[in-house]
Amino acid sequence: MSALRTAVIGVGQTRHVVARHDVSIAGLVREAAEEALVDANMDWADIDAVVIGKAPDMFEGVVMPELYLADALGAVGKPMLRVHTAGSVGGSTAIVAAKLVMAGIHERVLTVAFEKQSESNATWGLTVEMPFSSPLVAGAGGYFAPLIRAYIRRSGAPTHIGHLVAVKDRLNALHNPKAHLHLPDIDLATVAESFLLWEPLRYLDVCPSSDGAMALVIGSEQVAKNATGPVAWIHGTAMRSEPTMFAGRDQVNPLAGRKCAADVYAQAGIKDPRKDFDCAEVYVPFSWYEPMWLENLGFCAEGDGWKLTEQGATAMDGDIPWNPSGGVLSSNPIGASGMIRFGEAAQQVRGRAGDYQVPLHTGLALGHAYGGGSQFFSMWVVGASQPQ
Amino acid sequence: MGSGIREVAVVGFAQLTALEDREHNEVELIIPAVQGALADAGMERHEIGFTISGSCDYLSGGPFTFVSGLDAAGAWPPVKESHVEMDAAWALYEAWVAIQTGDVDSALIYGFGKSSLGDLHEIMGLQADPYVVAPLWPSMVDMAALQASAFLAATDYTESDLCAIAARSRRAAVDNPYAVRVEDATAQELLARPVTHTPLRDSDIAPITDGSAAIIIATREIADARCERPAYIRGIDHRVDAQGLGLRDLATSASTKLAAQGAGVSNGPVDVAEIHAQFSHEELILKEALGLDDAVVVNPSGGPLGANPVMATGLIRIGEVAARIRSGSANRGVAHASQGPCLQQNLVCVLEGDQ
Repeated sequence: MSALRTAVIGVGQTRHVVARHDVSIAGLVREAAEEALVDANMDWADIDAVVIGKAPDMFEGVVMPELYLADALGAVGKPMLRVHTAGSVGGSTAIVAAKLVMAGIHERVLTVAFEKQSESNATWGLTVEMPFSSPLVAGAGGYFAPLIRAYIRRSGAPTHIGHLVAVKDRLNALHNPKAHLHLPDIDLATVAESFLLWEPLRYLDVCPSSDGAMALVIGSEQVAKNATGPVAWIHGTAMRSEPTMFAGRDQVNPLAGRKCAADVYAQAGIKDPRKDFDCAEVYVPFSWYEPMWLENLGFCAEGDGWKLTEQGATAMDGDIPWNPSGGVLSSNPIGASGMIRFGEAAQQVRGRAGDYQVPLHTGLALGHAYGGGSQFFSMWVVGASQPQ
Repeated sequence: MGSGIREVAVVGFAQLTALEDREHNEVELIIPAVQGALADAGMERHEIGFTISGSCDYLSGGPFTFVSGLDAAGAWPPVKESHVEMDAAWALYEAWVAIQTGDVDSALIYGFGKSSLGDLHEIMGLQADPYVVAPLWPSMVDMAALQASAFLAATDYTESDLCAIAARSRRAAVDNPYAVRVEDATAQELLARPVTHTPLRDSDIAPITDGSAAIIIATREIADARCERPAYIRGIDHRVDAQGLGLRDLATSASTKLAAQGAGVSNGPVDVAEIHAQFSHEELILKEALGLDDAVVVNPSGGPLGANPVMATGLIRIGEVAARIRSGSANRGVAHASQGPCLQQNLVCVLEGDQ
């Protein structure tokens, strides 16, 4: 048997900001969910099940917070699942929700991912000394910076490549009213002169810490056909994981990412991602991850990713825009960041991306998320047309 | 909701428990369970289509506890894998869904936790509303005691009925090599002991347990080839209640009742039930909500009162029922899993052998 046709019917998200003192966690997630329901022209009663995702519970200091959120998200009396797959969780959560429909179990599933980082401190949350383990005390940036240095050494990329991405994504974000960072005056010099955090990452090469939530309504083929607005058909979903550390593991260009891309491309009939996609929303929390993921995702040969960035191929006016929404570098409610990528890809193929809409030729877009030590990957391909 | 389109069976199960394991970390706890479940199923790691775990970061006190679990499960070359911050019974549900999509034909599910590393009862109190309830620091036992009081007030049951459940569970646990608290005591003897959280005694409260469990599920094609008597999942459903203790009738479990209907508990006779009751009174509430009569053998393993490796306890209920079906001592059984304050979220799985 094969999975049933499934589509994104509604998309909603909060404005992402450094601290939402005006709402509780419940208020935050409900804001995104209500917007998605309105977009889908549905009410709470139409929803069959709710799938919630977020990164570690220590980011808010609430154990399994979905339990407390059950009534705010209209889940009472319904099935509710909570996904946690590190940074990839927003993407994984959308995929788990989609599978409930693909399996023929539900017709309409609401999925919500969030992080309210202002409730706690993510760098603290990430650096707790674990029993039986050696302390890392590095935060995410400290973990990824050595991998970026390894990439620069391997590829021979010039040192300003990261800064190009930092500028490009922030300029894209100026057209996205919901993005956290709006930095109209940003340029290469501002990024290069911002203070050094983890060699070679400077302050402006790094994502912000945001409060925010993203919600999607995913429906069956029948629901999609009855939808009042445009839908984003799901052409493929894939997840892959590999262990954090072992001798010989390529952490710069992880096999799990390549396998995950190959799987989702095969499902969606993608032969040449640079040509076959109209755009991609890819999880780039540190600027250098754009060229690294360009290679990992097969948009170019290994070692050539930085050239695409340098040539402007990934800019809004390039041949393959990456992160038209401004990406993770402009908004980072961690647990939601992956679902924002998936949702922004859907908005593009629905023609609903507003001032950062890309022209649609193939009508296909990629949503991508990764997490852990570059070891958890989730991806989907969405399209304006129903899969053949 | 359902029975699903593809028939799926439990074909392998293993568990590992300890009262307070000071020797092994989580990875070392998971390895024997995974290896045991694979051996039980007669399958090799590379034959597994989907891998998924259930765990809780707060048990170890750090983020991403599940990440190192991959070292135990084996994830090279890269695997299709996911994780729920839920009891691993819900991981089994997600695995069952993955098989229903046709993407995979088999799955490895594992759950684990070391409750002894921290104060479990205080930690689980942090599941409560963080703005209104959690600042009052009710522990999970405080909240359970409120439910027990509400239940006794609303029914004809008394504390001696709770002690009878505790006595039966502790006695049943004597025959379970994985139980960490066993005792051959009468209900009267337990009743004479002090009440610690009115109306609960220590014997009404599940013991702190470290441990892990793993289950392999597979389609009929695989199950019939590998397994003499697979335990087929005939129905599986899960539902959640509102969390607020003032928002629901604590003497009943509406979400369990809905899940039992969805899973089709009443579609046939029930020989055995393993119920995720971490407190004696919960068994009575759940038995009623599941629609089980007194002929049903409840928690022959001793249940969570005998061993409670949090995040694996619910998955073990499914494993225990499946083991009895596979051995032929039962034909149709009900497994139940629960999490959240006062039985907030509940999963029901109906398992059956071929006639």
